[in-house]
Amino acid sequence: MDSNLLASFGSVFAWAGPVVFAVMGETLTEKAGVINLSLNGSIILSAMVGFAAATTTGSFFWGFVGGAAASALVAFIIAFMSIGLKQSQVAVGYVLTLATKSLAYFLGAPFIGKPVMQLPLVSIPFLDNLPYVGPVLFNKTLLTYLSYLLIIVCYIYMFKTSKGLILQGIGEQPAASFVRGANVNRLRYLYTILGGALVGVGGALYSLSVKTWNGQLTGIDGIGWIALAITIFGGWHPIRGAIGAYFFVFLQWLGIALQPLLPNVNSRIFQVAPFPLMILALLFVNIGNADWVDRTLAGLPEDARKIISRLIRGMRTRGPAALGTPFENE
Amino acid sequence: MVSNRTEKAGGFGNILRTLLTNRFSSITIAVLLALIITWLVVLVMDAPPLRVFSIMVNGSVGSLDAATQTLQAWVPLVLATCGLMFTFTAGLWNIGMEGQIEMGAICAYGVIHYMTGTPTPGYVAITLASLAGMAGGAIWAYMVGLLKNYGGVNEIFGGLGFNFIADAFLLYLVYGPWKPEGVAQGSTKMIDAQYWLPQLPGSYLSLWSLGLAIVGILVVTFVLKGTYFGLKLKAVGKNPKASFMMGIPTSRYMLLSFVLCGLFGGLAGSFQVTGFLHVLRNSISGGYGYLALMVGMLANYQPLIGVPISLIFTALNKGATGLVIDLQLDTNFSGVIQGLLVLCVLLMDGVRRRLTKTFRGVQHG
Repeated sequence: MDSNLLASFGSVFAWAGPVVFAVMGETLTEKAGVINLSLNGSIILSAMVGFAAATTTGSFFWGFVGGAAASALVAFIIAFMSIGLKQSQVAVGYVLTLATKSLAYFLGAPFIGKPVMQLPLVSIPFLDNLPYVGPVLFNKTLLTYLSYLLIIVCYIYMFKTSKGLILQGIGEQPAASFVRGANVNRLRYLYTILGGALVGVGGALYSLSVKTWNGQLTGIDGIGWIALAITIFGGWHPIRGAIGAYFFVFLQWLGIALQPLLPNVNSRIFQVAPFPLMILALLFVNIGNADWVDRTLAGLPEDARKIISRLIRGMRTRGPAALGTPFENE
Repeated sequence: MVSNRTEKAGGFGNILRTLLTNRFSSITIAVLLALIITWLVVLVMDAPPLRVFSIMVNGSVGSLDAATQTLQAWVPLVLATCGLMFTFTAGLWNIGMEGQIEMGAICAYGVIHYMTGTPTPGYVAITLASLAGMAGGAIWAYMVGLLKNYGGVNEIFGGLGFNFIADAFLLYLVYGPWKPEGVAQGSTKMIDAQYWLPQLPGSYLSLWSLGLAIVGILVVTFVLKGTYFGLKLKAVGKNPKASFMMGIPTSRYMLLSFVLCGLFGGLAGSFQVTGFLHVLRNSISGGYGYLALMVGMLANYQPLIGVPISLIFTALNKGATGLVIDLQLDTNFSGVIQGLLVLCVLLMDGVRRRLTKTFRGVQHG
């Protein structure tokens, strides 16, 4: 592999940073039983706020705080409207998707063309000298390293700690968790806001590292929907979700890498192709839940049936049982 | 004294409660709240609110020219809203409307593209283009329904997936087979004037598309409110399991609601080509599909209420275009107002329901 291609491939891990943050945030939120459908707007809004805060204060720190706060606020509105006022999470989330996107483009217009701020690269000593792996993984920004770390932390938190067990409980069996002493609705508020903040860090990462703020030409419209799809594709599991995020960004990278080989196809096709591919990937993880599949399989010969059903079962994912439903402790 | 004061507080509290629990006053409060927040947003941008208001009114309904343009832009939005009433009634969230409009436009343009140069009379070509558009929209919606029914993919994601595919397909056509001669501009060649919907002199408004939009509103209202089919569709939306037990083939009804919805979206898309832009170009659906979902929500899923709301939304869009020229503000301002309106109505509706619920509780206690 020549070094140019290798360096270019390495950018997959940097570009995937924001998607990983968004997917981890949404996974936490949905594990608690709340759908934050507003991701596509939240990410754009926090990219704008992050850029505005960073260029105004001159500090990356405030940029990320601003981005996180903006998305956390949107998440709070969803939590309040759905938990406090029993409105449909999908309806509120959808409205916020459009509203925050418009708001970002409207308020962010004066910041287009402001001097760009790009997070500096930090090489990790020794590790960056490793052949192949070094330049691909360990010559990145601090936030990219944080995105690696976040995957592991999320995994350990969800599956290896008692708090993570309660988190799973309030998304699966809120009534049972309540009986066991969990304050279901308070925890749902908490995880929705926390998840929103992570999404916001992802958004700010777009405008401060992966891309920059350029209004409607920023080129991040649609990513939020993909992050929501990856959360499902990943079966609400941090590591599978991360694999989904890297896979999506890999497809995007592939589109760019393949372009010189297929000069007859317009470059814009390559840019949009990963989006439908990622959405249709949902078919593979969902098809096992359809009852016609079972009926069809029952008619197949024994050997074929075993192999196919094992394959489908391996891919199949199922969301938290109480996802999207309100909980009343009465 | 003390009792007097509590009575007074109770009196004020009662007025507030009545205002918040009455459906009409609650919506009024929601609209006022949305306007106040909008006003704050305008102040953040350091723009004069009254000037913004006058520009928007002038740009949307201030002159005959502006009003006909608003009416013209209203046609696709109200058609999309009408279509969504079927899926909303069936309890489905057809976010794929955007792609259905796009496919309608692609199919309509395709018909005209291949008829150009043949001796087909204009009105035949336009009729065929509209029918092709409707078919395109319906097929696209049907695909989303199939994905949901047989693939277990939620219609939100299936719809988005097909929106993305429609985007890619349109780009392919515009930059590929239907590219005009010369440099690719992201748009096809303009269709011959004989394939344009007849327009009122000096404007883009066509009485044909306007008339069909009104027919569409009446059809949807009749089907949903006046037929047995509409009633059963409503039952499917409210409780699919119970409807299935009652002998309604739920999945067939859901698929049918998608198809009906797609017909309207496709028609809207074909009008974008034959009645307005006269080309096929990137983002020809103009965001009407996404916007129509908000109109439907704000209209509480009632087609007739959707009519004035879609008109207001179009006027906001039209008015906001003037802000760029006069105040260098972004046109997305209309989206901010629209979003805030729906959000505040949902908020006040939630407050109203919560209050009425506690009231009932107190009364029973």
